[in-house]
Amino acid sequence: MAGKIGVYFDQENIGGGLDVEALAAETSAKWGDLTPVVKVVPLLAEAGRTIEEDVTAQGLDGVLLCGASARADSELSRLPALVDHVNLRELCVLSYKNPDGTRPYPRDDAPELLTIMARDYVNMGVVKLQKTEKPDSAAIEGVRRILVIGGGWTGLTAAAEAADMGYEVVLVEREENLGGAVNSISIGSPLQSPWTDKQPSDIAGKIAKVKGDRRITVLAKSSMEKLEGQPGEFEATVSTPSGPMTHKVGAVVLATGWKPLDAKYLAPMGLGVSPNVVDAATFGKMLAAGEVTARRIAFVLDTTIAEEACKAAAEEQAAEAAPEPAPAPAEGEEGAKVFVKEDLESIRHLAYSNAVNSVGMLRLANMVCERTEDATQAFILYRNMTVPGILERFYKQMQDRLGIMMTKADVTDIRVTGSTLLVECRNTLLGMDFDLDVDMVVLPTGLVPTSAKEAVVQFGYRQGPDFPDLQLFDGFADSNYICFPYETRRTGVYAAGCVRQPLTMDACEEDARGAVLKAIQCVESASRGVAVHPRSGDASYPLFNFVRCTQCKRCTEECPFGALDDDEKGTPKPNPARCRRCGTCFGACPERVVSFANYSIDQIGSMIREVQVPKDFKKEGPRILILACENDAYPALDMAGQRRRAWNPYVRIIPVRCLGSVNAIWISDAMSKGFDGVMLLGCKYGDDYQCHFVKGSEICSKRRDNIAETLDRLGVQPERVEQLEVAIDEYDAVPELIDGFVRRIVDMGPNPFKGM
Amino acid sequence: MSNAILVVGGGFAGLTAAIEAAELGHDVYIVEKSPWLGGRVAQLNKYFPKLCPPSCGLEIQFQRIRKNPRIKFFTLAEVTGLSGSKGNYVAKVRLSPRRTAPHSVDLGLLSATLEGETPSEFDLGLSSRKPLYKPMPFAFPARYVLDVDHLTRSDKARVAGARFLFPSEEPKDIELNVGAVVVATGWKPYDVTRLSNLGAGAVKNCVSNMQLERLASACGPTRGRIQRPTDGRAPHDVAFVQCAGSRDRNHLNYCSYICCMATFKQCLYMAEQHPEARMTVFYIDLRAPGRYVKVLEKVQALPNVSFVKGKVADVVQAEGDRVTLTVEDAVRGEKLTLTYDLVVLATGMQPSLAGGTMPLPMPVDEDGFVAGGEDAGIFAAGCARMPLDVTRTAQSATAAALKAVQTVQGR
Repeated sequence: MAGKIGVYFDQENIGGGLDVEALAAETSAKWGDLTPVVKVVPLLAEAGRTIEEDVTAQGLDGVLLCGASARADSELSRLPALVDHVNLRELCVLSYKNPDGTRPYPRDDAPELLTIMARDYVNMGVVKLQKTEKPDSAAIEGVRRILVIGGGWTGLTAAAEAADMGYEVVLVEREENLGGAVNSISIGSPLQSPWTDKQPSDIAGKIAKVKGDRRITVLAKSSMEKLEGQPGEFEATVSTPSGPMTHKVGAVVLATGWKPLDAKYLAPMGLGVSPNVVDAATFGKMLAAGEVTARRIAFVLDTTIAEEACKAAAEEQAAEAAPEPAPAPAEGEEGAKVFVKEDLESIRHLAYSNAVNSVGMLRLANMVCERTEDATQAFILYRNMTVPGILERFYKQMQDRLGIMMTKADVTDIRVTGSTLLVECRNTLLGMDFDLDVDMVVLPTGLVPTSAKEAVVQFGYRQGPDFPDLQLFDGFADSNYICFPYETRRTGVYAAGCVRQPLTMDACEEDARGAVLKAIQCVESASRGVAVHPRSGDASYPLFNFVRCTQCKRCTEECPFGALDDDEKGTPKPNPARCRRCGTCFGACPERVVSFANYSIDQIGSMIREVQVPKDFKKEGPRILILACENDAYPALDMAGQRRRAWNPYVRIIPVRCLGSVNAIWISDAMSKGFDGVMLLGCKYGDDYQCHFVKGSEICSKRRDNIAETLDRLGVQPERVEQLEVAIDEYDAVPELIDGFVRRIVDMGPNPFKGM
Repeated sequence: MSNAILVVGGGFAGLTAAIEAAELGHDVYIVEKSPWLGGRVAQLNKYFPKLCPPSCGLEIQFQRIRKNPRIKFFTLAEVTGLSGSKGNYVAKVRLSPRRTAPHSVDLGLLSATLEGETPSEFDLGLSSRKPLYKPMPFAFPARYVLDVDHLTRSDKARVAGARFLFPSEEPKDIELNVGAVVVATGWKPYDVTRLSNLGAGAVKNCVSNMQLERLASACGPTRGRIQRPTDGRAPHDVAFVQCAGSRDRNHLNYCSYICCMATFKQCLYMAEQHPEARMTVFYIDLRAPGRYVKVLEKVQALPNVSFVKGKVADVVQAEGDRVTLTVEDAVRGEKLTLTYDLVVLATGMQPSLAGGTMPLPMPVDEDGFVAGGEDAGIFAAGCARMPLDVTRTAQSATAAALKAVQTVQGR
């Protein structure tokens, strides 16, 4: 708790005709001993030394900087005290307009409402700092050992790279031999510049390097039984031929790869009907074993036949019987939910494997031509040749290769005619339709991620053994974030390779390295007691006041990252190194059990109570509270101010870590204080959610039903609380969003609790 | 010996590599040529496939930089030399003058009073800017730049005495000791003036895909309204010309990876803003790798979008500032001549290093992509290495950060 706060006003950057000296004097008078230093400086950016001297001389433990947005100037944040900013420039002066919509003239004195607003924000800033503490360290002694699950191309790369970082590695492989699918790919697609030629995969070399590294322990014929604990000190139980073994590991790289799509999906294209129709993976194995005798081979990339057959079958099934309601989750003893893995394999995995198959077919066609000394004719039939990026150079090379013929074609039928196969080609580039007579047909292989079929990590977590919501990614253990591809929803577990996306071999290697960096970064962060992405470096963590806990389990259920476990009674067990510091747990808690040293129910509640709410709604206007997500909504507001977009002067904005952290108590605080409305401003949610904490805005919207009920009981219209979604680039639209809400509140009239 | 890492380029790849290495505990220097961090993605309106704004991810990256004292960045900076060897390099860096005070004082009002105007680089010539400027609201650092070359005589008088402006600031040279280098110099849109058959940039209402991003962007020249540059009218008939430069031995001898997806995304922008507009995509292949296929299917399901397999041979001006295309339908074998209100060239991605002289000791292939250097402790990330989308760039940059850390670790 900051007990001695220095408050500094930036004369240059506040503007708006505000009497900054008067503001400073009021601040000093109001807060007395809490603010022994209150100064107006000509320019904050140049006052660093002054402030540092004050910190030392006066023993300040908090510094409040009132001026421009913290997003604008950040260098000052690195002072030897708790630092906070009051954004008087963007969120107050630049975004100010009078209630009638007019803007004050730049050189005039500040209108009274602007002064009142500035005063509110400064007081809110002081009380926020007063209620902020320096977090204790949650550092643990992180184990410098990485668990790599899966010993294929990606897993082997990851193991070797982690060992090169000086880490120990435990590599778990289900099969007897390492190498996975690449064991039958002796010659791969290009792996490096100039990206034109096939390249030996040297899988044997990769395996030998891993086996020969004493830092790497290989557990073959083994599988995950359980992963418990938290980053830095996970306990991994592995089922091995000599019984279960437990290893302490710091973080996990998930490289369990893929399984081929069920052959039934390709039956309409002849797979399983004729022995001369095979999928690409099988063809690769046959080629490696010298079993390919066919000399005219069609490589069919167009899988429309299979897709349409699948669609027709589904329609037929739907017409025959109404789908049965999904079975209720099985109840185990004591009512605990028994985990049932939903099988996410589907024919869609064929389409998602388009690039891997386009490149793969080129590789296989080339290889079979080489093996037979150009005695083979290979026909590649495609709708879209998906060879994106630099691998186009390989494609070009193959176009010029003797024996390979490629054309766009709609393949409309594949049928057996005597000893050969007939491939019906329509809409080709040869100016005609034709039927191709071949000895063999090679179909694409659908890469089904192992995570679509089973819980690959077997988390011993309260929220269950699997990653949540994998259906959003069609079963792939992928990240929802374009910018942050390593974000799974289980801290310390980083997916790489084809379990995350169908990737070519060069991309798998790169992905493995990225995942290793993230894994080691997570261990090091746990060792320093700080959060990983997106609040990386944050030393705060949730503290539980268990005396008040009623074991309602809301926090453990709602945590988007499954960070909290619990005991038999339901008392939460925090795992700070699994926590991302979003505060969703304390938003969920009805008993104020959870808090952070620098972010708490009391802190935000005190800020709300610090706003001067006038009693006379008609004469002095309403007051509206906006709780804004600091990641997207707050920057949007900040940029709106910077662009001089203005909104109603009766609103007060408080940034929150995530809308998931909004606790109903704050709404009650605001209502009993006399606020007339509360707006919750957060990220877009839904399948393409933008929330950096996955679920925050969605959870908040669900909780609103409870809030509405509470308000109803109190006799306050539930419409006084609204949640609105805003993207970070909607800076020009957000003022109208606010004004619209204010208009609705004004129409409703004053909060009945006002003045009570 | 140094265990610091030099990251050349402050776009998405460079930011990612730098931040990931710094959060692992290493000192990092970012050297960025332009006045702000963020690179190409800062110019984009939305990312595919989610259609979310790039500034959302950049905001997080900038926050991570603000909080991390291990990261130091230089803007308006270029590496002019690298001497030494792996583990022990000295990088010479030239800092061009920004000519404004090193803090975020609001120079907006002063900027508005200046008379000088020049085409905006950030808006790819679709708008003009003042000589004192900051082109995007999420600019980081949040500072203006004073471009003395475009001051008028009266502007010069005005800035001469202005507080916080330093019109005569000189360039500076500094030296950095580093152990490894990440090259994240990124890409530039292929120069349309070289595409003589596609109008060479001289045909009105024929814009590049990057220009369309600016038109669609909330902070762009039209505040996000997609319209014809000549008359501001909403386009009714729109054509997308794929592989404008890409997959062409005379121009870019590779596929630029993102243009198909970018076009699908832009079809979605268009359908949202102008539901009546008819769109035609002329393509060689529709490349939607992996789960991106869903975006392609979504666009294929739009009633007003059609696809023609065929390469556009000619682009010329038509009456009413419309644009006429000549294209051969590769499947039907027909030659088509069609006229549109707006034509979007899906121009390819060219590595920034193409044709330049980067004073770093690593091999660069004939197209300008980095083709090695690992043995010297130099690692390419993102589109300096090959054309990639944002996700793959982040993977590539994180991987490069790991290799750089391995190089300097324990030194």
